[in-house]
Amino acid sequence: MAVRPEVLIIILGTGLVTLLPRIVPMVLVRRLELPEVVSRWLGFVPIAVIASLLAQELLMPEGNVALPRENLQIVAGIPALITVVMTRSLIGCVVAGILTMTLLRLLL
Amino acid sequence: MTAHASRAIAGESDEPGAPPPDGAGFLAGMRACLPVVVGYTGIGFAAGVVERSAGLTVAEIGLLSLILFAGAGQFITAGMYGAGNPAAGIVVTIFFVNLRHLLLSASLAPHFRREPGWRHVLIGAQLTDETFGVASAATGRGPVSGRWMLGLNMTAYVTWFLANVSGGLAGDLVSDPEVVGLDFALAAMFIGLLVLQLRSRSPLGLGLGVALIAGSLSVLGELVFSGSWNVIAATAAAATAGLVMESAGWPFGQRS
Repeated sequence: MAVRPEVLIIILGTGLVTLLPRIVPMVLVRRLELPEVVSRWLGFVPIAVIASLLAQELLMPEGNVALPRENLQIVAGIPALITVVMTRSLIGCVVAGILTMTLLRLLL
Repeated sequence: MTAHASRAIAGESDEPGAPPPDGAGFLAGMRACLPVVVGYTGIGFAAGVVERSAGLTVAEIGLLSLILFAGAGQFITAGMYGAGNPAAGIVVTIFFVNLRHLLLSASLAPHFRREPGWRHVLIGAQLTDETFGVASAATGRGPVSGRWMLGLNMTAYVTWFLANVSGGLAGDLVSDPEVVGLDFALAAMFIGLLVLQLRSRSPLGLGLGVALIAGSLSVLGELVFSGSWNVIAATAAAATAGLVMESAGWPFGQRS
């Protein structure tokens, strides 16, 4: 079992280009005072980015918008949503989602 | 808004020498990571299986999960490698795919600026969408210590590595991770994280508005331009819209 040179290059290359965006802001923020409006803007980023990723995961799991008839993701998302809204538990949400998906695939 | 309140919101303690409150340390961070552990076990395993079927050895899979440490990025890398894309193409694509971490990091960084330099950078280096979601929910509730963050990150990191390697080893046996619904773990985790985020941000209407704008734009963007910019563009646009809506007092006319 080995690590081939051409694969190592890919691993290191992708690792590096991912590392930089992750740490540059951390380094900059130590030296810069962020204006309040920038702070507030950044405060919206978590919701915006999670919603963006989620929308693509749910609506376009294969790359094209899929309606509920073919799209199990949306259906399986409902018990997950209900679980987290009622219990505030992230684990519960994930487990509910996985179980529902497994069930749906077995039944359909 | 008083200076004290605004600093509390920014996540800074006004007693730099005070011991952390109960449950604020490394172990607490590990505990907070539990949902991510569940999610990463599923996705990491699936990633390992996919990487194996794309032709990577288990050693390469392990290294990839340790050095890249990114779910979406690894799936894409595996796919592109399996399809025969050259290294340069893969690296450039992954750069754009993960560029959104710039925003995540910028959003999180202010909360940890008191940390020693190396720890601050380490926190950034291990940033992922999911741990970012958990950390943001926590910082929304109160100050978060660097040790807590490290507990969160390290637990996610180790879980990811083990799951990937397991998937790689099992890769020759499992032909379809979809059978056990594990592929839905990522979406389920995002659902949970979004709800928790919306809960911690008031007013709810504002958060929902931003989420809807972001979601619609990212799907529209993906349909029209299909590429890696969509999430970043949708996020930036939605965050800007949020700022505008907040200043205008939307949705009920209140102003901060």
